[in-house]
Amino acid sequence: MLRAASRLSSHRAARAILTESSSTSSASALLFSKSAPLTSTSSSTAVIRSFSTLHDISAVDITSDSRIYAGDVPLPLTTDCTIFEADDVPTGKYPVFRVMDENGVIRDSSKGPEYIDPNLTEEHAVKMFRTMARLNVMDNIFLNAQRQGRISFYMSSQGEEAVHIGSASALDNKDVIFAQYRETGVLMWRGFTMSQFADQCFSNSGDLGKGRQMPVHYGSRALNFHTISSPLTTQLPQAAGSAYAMKMEALRNGKDRAEGVTVCYFGDGAASEGDFHAAMNIAATMNCPIIFFCRNNGFAISTPVADQYRGDGIASRAKGYGMASIRVDGNDLFAVNAATARAKELALSENRPVLIETMSYRVGHHSTSDDSTRYRSTEEIKKWDTEDNPIDRFRRYCETRGWLDEETVQTIRDEEKINVLQALESAEKKGPPELSTMFDDVYKEKTPELERQEAKLLEHVAKYPERYSGPI
Amino acid sequence: MSLRAARLLTPRNVGRLSRSSPSKIHAPSTPQLISSFSTAEPETTGTTRMNLFTAINEGMRTAMQTDPTAITFGEDVAFGGVFRCSVGLREEFGSSRVFNTPLCEQGIAGFGIGYAAMGGTAIAEIQFADYIFPAFDQLVNEAAKFRYRSGNQWNCGGLTVRTPCGAVGHGGHYHSQSPEAYFTHTPGLKVVMPRGPVDAKGLLLASIRSPDPVIFMEPKVLYRAAVDDVPDEDYEVELGKGEIMRSGTDVTIVGWGGQLRVLEKACDLAEQNGISCELIDLKTLAPWDIELVTESVMKTGKLVVSHEAPLTGGFAAEISSTIQEECFLSLEAPVQRVCGADTPFPLVFEKFYVPDDLKNFEAIKKVMNY
Repeated sequence: MLRAASRLSSHRAARAILTESSSTSSASALLFSKSAPLTSTSSSTAVIRSFSTLHDISAVDITSDSRIYAGDVPLPLTTDCTIFEADDVPTGKYPVFRVMDENGVIRDSSKGPEYIDPNLTEEHAVKMFRTMARLNVMDNIFLNAQRQGRISFYMSSQGEEAVHIGSASALDNKDVIFAQYRETGVLMWRGFTMSQFADQCFSNSGDLGKGRQMPVHYGSRALNFHTISSPLTTQLPQAAGSAYAMKMEALRNGKDRAEGVTVCYFGDGAASEGDFHAAMNIAATMNCPIIFFCRNNGFAISTPVADQYRGDGIASRAKGYGMASIRVDGNDLFAVNAATARAKELALSENRPVLIETMSYRVGHHSTSDDSTRYRSTEEIKKWDTEDNPIDRFRRYCETRGWLDEETVQTIRDEEKINVLQALESAEKKGPPELSTMFDDVYKEKTPELERQEAKLLEHVAKYPERYSGPI
Repeated sequence: MSLRAARLLTPRNVGRLSRSSPSKIHAPSTPQLISSFSTAEPETTGTTRMNLFTAINEGMRTAMQTDPTAITFGEDVAFGGVFRCSVGLREEFGSSRVFNTPLCEQGIAGFGIGYAAMGGTAIAEIQFADYIFPAFDQLVNEAAKFRYRSGNQWNCGGLTVRTPCGAVGHGGHYHSQSPEAYFTHTPGLKVVMPRGPVDAKGLLLASIRSPDPVIFMEPKVLYRAAVDDVPDEDYEVELGKGEIMRSGTDVTIVGWGGQLRVLEKACDLAEQNGISCELIDLKTLAPWDIELVTESVMKTGKLVVSHEAPLTGGFAAEISSTIQEECFLSLEAPVQRVCGADTPFPLVFEKFYVPDDLKNFEAIKKVMNY
């Protein structure tokens, strides 16, 4: 049926991205943004760097026992991976669990093996690094592709790579994921291919979602990753239902432990929606084996956490629901991994929910429809990106172990860049799905009325082929 | 199902029913079997005489007996529900399959979607249709689009949301509404409303087993008032199919749910005046049986559609519009909509608000005399 002509010569496009020359584009759709359309989104390029070189962080006080995270409030740090029961949450500010400092040094070496898998191999560590690198490279290239008008929209994960890979690497594919939209790295870790990412963003015939949703609304049945929807927080009560289904399935099979845990990701802004309360309460009362995973990155589009809540972040709310919880340094891959692994074990062995709050910072804009320098300073962004870069932090650790060096990092970066560009080029060549698929999957079986509407549309299109041919 | 085509879609005699004595909203008293609304002939295979809430209860029991993944839940469901629809289920199936939820409609809907998305059968109860709106986002943006947005990788077809609707005489703004049109406007949802116990059991079983999410609206005025001989066996009434309740030649009357007993009376009045009415029960509003109504109007040339929900944007508008497109040259009079007024449900004026038999009788005469 209808096939889109390629928008740009793919070679030319690839070259444009390789040289990182961003052509001006007018295609920045005002979707997700509540503010006026942007005339330029170029400011980010100056701020967000590639991870290829380590930054000097000698100015950072790595010995301090407290740190400023979202909300500009100093929070106590702890090296204890304690999931607090509702009745045992410490008084004062909720502490932040971390394993390694900004320098990639294990804070309490006596506890190292307890928090870092003693069997952690070079191969596994490098795989984690490579996945973070791939995510970062893909983000930068897809952002450029959006600026060039090749894809309509994009949302990146800069600054939150360790949250994604740290948690995903503590899970396996039997665990069920409900995500918000900025958990691309989780899906990447589970095995979503570069082509699958690119095909979704191009809404082409290879998209598992059949071209029906905006870019970054990924989903994969094979990888137990529920398809993302734009409305915020709706996935939380659903995830509680999913966890209950897993628990009930185990019970029917005479087991007291579900096959997998349900993990539900969401942001600090999403936690203000009514569905947050609905989900916490029903998961707690129904004893659902679930991890509610809040990525507190400081911002909901432009709204800082100071305008989002007056309490001590999100983890503190668990107490009110009678739920166990832990707050974690989100830029510390090991801490995120250890907390997730421990929460999973608790949720599955005791059939109850756990709330994790990771503290990090959204280094990128909310989306390609956003220019975050309108509401936060370039200096602030740069400071986070430089002084507490999650990829850097993990890299420093790996370099100390002799698992990575500058040359290896460069090689990984180059390889991943080629992979992304190839996927992009190939995705761009595929046309859109067949028009007739537009009427599929509304219901399992097409209704007579849908058949009638489909026939009418196809007849109309056949009457005016020129209007409806070419790029969609 | 053997019963589906053979018996349940054939016209059946409908008994008389007094409009008085609507059930109390909370803690209803002992059932009063006023009279039979739909009087199916007793089956040789076995029937039990029961009211609508018992038929719903039977439907859920059958669903849970035949599907080990089926659960039923909602506010006050554990003790049997405020309308007694889930009575005895907890005792039979246990507290992990029949349970109370916190008082939170969006949570109930979302939980049901997630349970269904993992392959389970979720029968959720929203205690009153008037209170379904906190769950509107979950139903309209999530349940309805779950299959489509994932490219058919995921679906929540195992979800059925049961909810009592309609006027009972003293419900006021918030215990009277019939919000079906909000949901018929949402591709991906099926919307069903039974008119009596036999259909209630069969349509509910079909809804629960449907591969699509269903909003199942129960006319609460009929919970105790409508009595049928309900087949004991496991049967389904096909979704998307209407039924000609009485055949006629002069005018087509279309309704659903509790409104049909009003339309029965209007038809009686009309027939006493020599007007032959063809009364159609749509049963399913999304997708609705366009063919059945079209064929009837082709024959009669006249159409009256009636529902309790407000006129503007109500489902009668959809039917009216479709029929003028499909039957333009057959129509002998403008299609009449006899509906609730475009006001909130006015407690003390309910008698004036509702589209009663007289208002329908007037509409029938109007199309006849046009």
